Amino acid sequence: MAKRIDVSGLTAYYGSHKAIEDISMTVEPRSVTAFIGPSGCGKSTFLRTLNRMHEVTPGGRVEGKVLLDDENLYGAGVDPVSVRRTVGMVFQRPNPFPTMSIYENVAAGIRLNGGRVRKAELDTIVEKSLKGANLWKEVKDRLNKPGAGLSGGQQQRLCIARAIAVEPQVLLMDEPCSALDPISTLAIEDLIGELKERFTIVIVTHNMQQAARVSDRTAFFNLAGVGQPGKLVEIDDTERIFSNPSVQATEDYISGRFG
Amino acid sequence: MSEVAMDQPSGAVPGARRSSSSLHQPRLPRWAPAAIAAAALAVGVGIGAGAGLSSRIQWGLLAAVLYVAGTFALATRVEGVRQAKDRLATSLVWVCFLLAVVPLVSLIWETVSRGSSVLDGGFLSHSMGGVLTIQPGGGVYHAIIGTLEQVGIATAIAAPIGLLTAIYLVEYGRGRLAKAVTFFVDVMTGIPSIVAGLFVLSFWILMLDNGYSGFAGSMALAILMMPVVVRSTEEMLKLVPNELREASLALGVPKWRTILKVVLPTAIGGIATGVMLSVARIAGESAPIVLLVFGSQLINNNPFEGAQSSLPYYIYEQWAAGNDASYDRAWAAALVLIAFVMILNLVARGIARWKAPKAGR
Repeated sequence: MAKRIDVSGLTAYYGSHKAIEDISMTVEPRSVTAFIGPSGCGKSTFLRTLNRMHEVTPGGRVEGKVLLDDENLYGAGVDPVSVRRTVGMVFQRPNPFPTMSIYENVAAGIRLNGGRVRKAELDTIVEKSLKGANLWKEVKDRLNKPGAGLSGGQQQRLCIARAIAVEPQVLLMDEPCSALDPISTLAIEDLIGELKERFTIVIVTHNMQQAARVSDRTAFFNLAGVGQPGKLVEIDDTERIFSNPSVQATEDYISGRFG
Repeated sequence: MSEVAMDQPSGAVPGARRSSSSLHQPRLPRWAPAAIAAAALAVGVGIGAGAGLSSRIQWGLLAAVLYVAGTFALATRVEGVRQAKDRLATSLVWVCFLLAVVPLVSLIWETVSRGSSVLDGGFLSHSMGGVLTIQPGGGVYHAIIGTLEQVGIATAIAAPIGLLTAIYLVEYGRGRLAKAVTFFVDVMTGIPSIVAGLFVLSFWILMLDNGYSGFAGSMALAILMMPVVVRSTEEMLKLVPNELREASLALGVPKWRTILKVVLPTAIGGIATGVMLSVARIAGESAPIVLLVFGSQLINNNPFEGAQSSLPYYIYEQWAAGNDASYDRAWAAALVLIAFVMILNLVARGIARWKAPKAGR
């Protein structure tokens, strides 16, 4: 199921503004990789280049290569739509579709793609995805209620269920807990631990403890100054990044001596 | 004692001495605004009647001015300047609200009271065929048919074009073309209805040599309706959060399906309201009808051939006939037209409420 991501020489622009420059890294399958770094250093931008969501933003374009196993996402003739079916994404703010029920939200990825799936089969997928997102017990009696009526933490888990329902290879998470309370955050972190058995997970976070708790490897991003492009400073095993990083800037950032 | 009272502007209320440290300040009682309004009304009517002002409107304006001035003066004296300013603003808002409501209520009152005398089943189900304008009787059926057909065709032309234009502008439009389209939509919004009518007259009837018909009127109405649909749909689509589009795209849903299945359903309530309001706007147009549909006393169910009537045209025609029986018919037809627009609005609200994104648990 899970695939390896190999990024080499990736540079992303917003119009003429260079947001991130020359990033190369490898993300191992069935592991959690965390991106940390100050605001505006391009973590989210880089994350969005991994499933070609960056080019949805007006003026967004990308140079370089992203290999998913051996296939270049930015190769000629690659359809961004099928890339996004392979590489799922969970956003910072929970965004369930307001017109749809809980059930329809989870089924959205399959139904909106026009898949002809039998009702029984869809029921199974929805139940499996909601169980996978640790939400089944809480919502199984109200699957036909609107998804927007859930609490923030539940909505975010609903969005995770929606993302894993289409069986992606990789799951990208852009600060998935930043709008949630500690208890919901814990629920999601536990979930990430379970999901990494099946998916390759990349998570952007501002919470260093969270990065230390959930991730196997951590990448530190930084930018030289305002208006400068963000760069990858280093990527290493999480333990090493948080105990004995090889770059001084990483240690400064982690210990709070930054800026 | 008098010196102390002079120092303290709020000394009017006994025992309510204000010191700078106190959080308690004298307040007017809750019923004060109502009492002041009643008093202002009484004084206004008194002055109006006493001075022999013939117009009731003058009495009302007098009362309104007295109400605002009285509230401000009393509040300044009792509560202090800051509170008085608040009361002044509140009372002005109330007066403006009433000024806005009075014409509306009087219009509906007048229409209902004058129009209901001849409005019955026969009026709704008969045309003016064989009825002289000076005779009582006759009806509005042919005009209702005309309005329904003309407005229906106009909607069938303008709503899809307007909807797709708005989708283009919000979801796809970039650069010069989008700017140009927006500009022309803005220009079209300002086209007077008579100009739209003249355009269709010269193009469809004079150049292409077609006869007068309901369809010709529909085309002019569609020209008037289109920019309104574009504008309202555009605003509604812009209100759909970008996160929803991204959520759908990130699931691997193609853009056109995202628009069709996520964006449009989320905005459908507002879009339906916009379309209904634009229908209501063109239902009352009479200038293009006079030019293009010509008007008729008879039932013509075919909108593509021959003259038709329509409600606004019928009202104009009956009023121009200038006798008691036709005046009654004009008022009754006006009532029918208002009811038609009102029903459309209610339907739009119903759709908006029914389709609105649900947040219930």
